[in-house]
Amino acid sequence: MSNHRQLIIIGSGPAGLSAAIYASRANLQPLLLEGEPIGVSDQPGGQLMNTTEIENYAGVVGTMGPQLMGIMREQALSFGTEVVTKRATKVDFSDRPFRVWEGDTLYTADTVIVSTGAKPLMLGIDDEWRLMGHGVSACATCDGFFFRGKDVVVVGGGDTAMEEALFLTNFASSVTVVHRRDKLRASKVMQDRATANAKIKFHWNAQVVGIDGEKQLESLQLKDTVTGEVSQLATHGLFIAIGHQPNSELFAGQLDLHPNGYVKTTGVSTSVVGVYAAGDIQDSRYRQAITSAGTGCMAALDAQRYIEEHHGDAPSQAGVAAGTPAKATA
Amino acid sequence: MIKTVTEATFEQDVIKNERPILVDLWAPWCGPCIAMEPALKELSTQFEGKVDIAKLNVDENPALAQSLDVMSIPNMILFKNGKPVDRIIGLTAKDKVASIMTAALA
Repeated sequence: MSNHRQLIIIGSGPAGLSAAIYASRANLQPLLLEGEPIGVSDQPGGQLMNTTEIENYAGVVGTMGPQLMGIMREQALSFGTEVVTKRATKVDFSDRPFRVWEGDTLYTADTVIVSTGAKPLMLGIDDEWRLMGHGVSACATCDGFFFRGKDVVVVGGGDTAMEEALFLTNFASSVTVVHRRDKLRASKVMQDRATANAKIKFHWNAQVVGIDGEKQLESLQLKDTVTGEVSQLATHGLFIAIGHQPNSELFAGQLDLHPNGYVKTTGVSTSVVGVYAAGDIQDSRYRQAITSAGTGCMAALDAQRYIEEHHGDAPSQAGVAAGTPAKATA
Repeated sequence: MIKTVTEATFEQDVIKNERPILVDLWAPWCGPCIAMEPALKELSTQFEGKVDIAKLNVDENPALAQSLDVMSIPNMILFKNGKPVDRIIGLTAKDKVASIMTAALA
């Protein structure tokens, strides 16, 4: 079976690439399905592709997010990782070897690491897509430049919202943070930085319920979450930072998921023995590049140990390991 | 081959270009723009002699970017006979970009 691998890694953010570096250095010759560049929230390299300078990844100074992902990818390639710039379209973890499809191409594997990350949540209003790129933005670092001297709005109250608001003060004349509660959930340091910035204003207890503008964004309809009153807020730009959702649709029915969609793990083991999860797909709490990289490393080491322990009986053809239990108790 | 155009060369290289031309507005600090590059390189080979591709750095040519109503990048504008006829905003699959380039040949 020429399309058989010891390890397939799905997803190429810090988790997937760290796993690829460890696994290829251990001579597992992993296949990395890195995804395809088809959308701002769906691209090889993951969420760091939409960031600017990385300040909190140990040992990395003065490097931009996309640049860091390029270095990680080169590092994985240098140890012999096989990279395919396609997205996995279907998986079957119910039998050994595991099966992973990329369109009509079927790959089989002894072990799989899933690291497809998370994507930003949208508001769920039709007009946000109509005016996307015309005032509504999914990437503050890409588009902040176009709002020089303009008034913009950031929706959200977490660290990402504060980061975007602070970044946008480099260009915009004012940044209004719209948050549905009366206090932020961002970390203390980010709150302090944001509240100390004279360009940032806060609009508390408000939810965006409408986005208006013919060809370009002109104003938002805000609903007061306490009184229910709806008001208008004129703005040139809208940046949405209300949280993330895991890219786990591919694994529904294959791996046990939490109700919020994140993959259930013990360490980095999923509900299927031999399938590991790393990075934001299994982490709704920390969601950092460095924690993703750490879990990617853990997953590669666990996959390596699993392969070594099953050496000889590692099935390369379906049916050989029919007696192996496919599901573990999570 | 992907040509680099600027405010100074835009009239000559884009507006007066004899073939349809896709202008990719980008910036070095835009990750999705960099992610778009390999697809555009492949398309420039695929459409060689039929539809040209050019890059315009918005950081160096902000006034032109503004006059083209660009508020988000990557932003790919297709010009035919000197007029913008189609536009794709945001990182997009190669096939979708190819489809508007093919349409420009009709």
